[in-house]
Amino acid sequence: MAIDRRDFLKIAASKALFSLPMLSKAATQAKGRVVVIGGGYAGATAAKYLRTWSNGGLDVIVVEPRSQFVSCPLSNLVLGGNKDINDLTFGYDLLKSNHGIQWVNDEVVAIDVASRVVKMKQGELAYDRLVIAPGIDFMFEQLPMLQSPEAQEVVPHAWKAGAQTVNLRKQLESMKDGGVFVMSIPKAPYRCPPGPYERVCQVAFYLKNHKPNSKIIVLDANAEIISKKSLFTKAWAEMYAGMIDYRPNSSVLAVDVATKNVKTEFESVQANVLNVIPPQRAGKIAQIVGAASVDKRWCEVDFLTYESKIVPNVHIIGDSVSAALPKSAHMATSQARVCANAIVALLSDQAPDTLPVFANTCYSYVSDKMAMHVANVYRYDANKKMMVPAEGGGVSDKPSELEGNYAQAWAKNIWSDVLT
Amino acid sequence: MKVQLNMIKKTHKSLLVSVGFFVFSLNAYADAYSNKSIATTPHIQTLAASCGACHGSQGNSVGGSSVLAGLDASHFVLQMMAFRNGSRSATVMQRHAKGLTVEEINDLAIYFAQQKRVTALIPPNQRLAE
Repeated sequence: MAIDRRDFLKIAASKALFSLPMLSKAATQAKGRVVVIGGGYAGATAAKYLRTWSNGGLDVIVVEPRSQFVSCPLSNLVLGGNKDINDLTFGYDLLKSNHGIQWVNDEVVAIDVASRVVKMKQGELAYDRLVIAPGIDFMFEQLPMLQSPEAQEVVPHAWKAGAQTVNLRKQLESMKDGGVFVMSIPKAPYRCPPGPYERVCQVAFYLKNHKPNSKIIVLDANAEIISKKSLFTKAWAEMYAGMIDYRPNSSVLAVDVATKNVKTEFESVQANVLNVIPPQRAGKIAQIVGAASVDKRWCEVDFLTYESKIVPNVHIIGDSVSAALPKSAHMATSQARVCANAIVALLSDQAPDTLPVFANTCYSYVSDKMAMHVANVYRYDANKKMMVPAEGGGVSDKPSELEGNYAQAWAKNIWSDVLT
Repeated sequence: MKVQLNMIKKTHKSLLVSVGFFVFSLNAYADAYSNKSIATTPHIQTLAASCGACHGSQGNSVGGSSVLAGLDASHFVLQMMAFRNGSRSATVMQRHAKGLTVEEINDLAIYFAQQKRVTALIPPNQRLAE
């Protein structure tokens, strides 16, 4: 329904005339302990807002084995030579100290859901509510030759930003002019739908400027580009003409790590630099707790609270969730906030919001400076019991430097929000 | 005591339509309940926080996007309605403006107008340890 300015006036006026101010009781203070497993975009956001919205009433403990936060968003720019990995690397100090979040540097090994206890390598933690934000795990049983750290030295996935991102960049730097970069994309759903296609742009940008005789072969297990298709197709044709050989319906069946040779159902492809992005599922902790019931991969949740449909008192947020929602960083933080707000309500005997609404904005860079977006508002549909896209969403008309600036602003603001 | 701030639940005193536009005065509203902090509904709290990815915590942008904290509510509504009907061109904001209800836009305007303008913190970079 289109509402113009006049309608707005009417609505505002009618509401003003026929209603009275409502004075509510001061909210009951939320009390209890929430353990958050995972300090990525989702987990860090949940921890912050659990503390903020409970006015410090909830004890919040994050369990995270890593001491640094490395942003996946913008990490493809490292491959293009347009960002340094250290530009994307942060500590958790401000988040912890500003919000009184307790932090345990440890790895979770088991969860006793009956007695509500998280078991770590060293020690245990009891909880009233548990939030699991484990990100993704790779299904190496499909590509067992890539399981070992040694194999990943040679064939990195670089799909969790960090050392592997740096490794892949170094391999591209050492590749001869005229070399072949081969990248494979798993069947959706996987983390960051436009990410692989952005990566192709970044590698093409670098090769075009430094090794112009080189080629890129993209082996996509999907039938077509699954995000921002017309924009990527146009960018590849216009900006990187003749460099990118895109092959749809090409699932990687096997990899010869030593020779960097990839087998699909149809062919063998030889690479100089090989980047296999393996198929993915919910992070290990979600598997351990038995919450990953959808195809034994993803977690079904109640979209009002993000509580698992399988395991009570356990909430799951971020990439692990089974939803018709893109697995993006902004989405992870949006889910985290709805979840945090619901937990604060539940632990203060109030009802959570029955119609959550949130936004998702995701930028992809096609060069060093130009980016394009996909953006949508998502709204809870009480009949479907899921988040559905609202009116007005969509993608850029074309990539631009203006949107490149907005993408940088997005990153700086989300880092500020999540990490301070 | 807290006041549920919701357009449905406001007295007409709180809403002054002036000069033919839907400019409403928050001051009038605030005066009526002076020294009372205005509670936000969980719905608007989470929705407003979702804006933070681009506009910073409580609308305190670190740069590159508009600071929404402390922004005049009527200005906020005018801009959002302009994004919505296309009279203000945008790269991405029309996507968000069109996806929200008028009531949400209104409530977000009031929420952001109430937020204190502060200098947002930028987390310092570290050297990758791995």
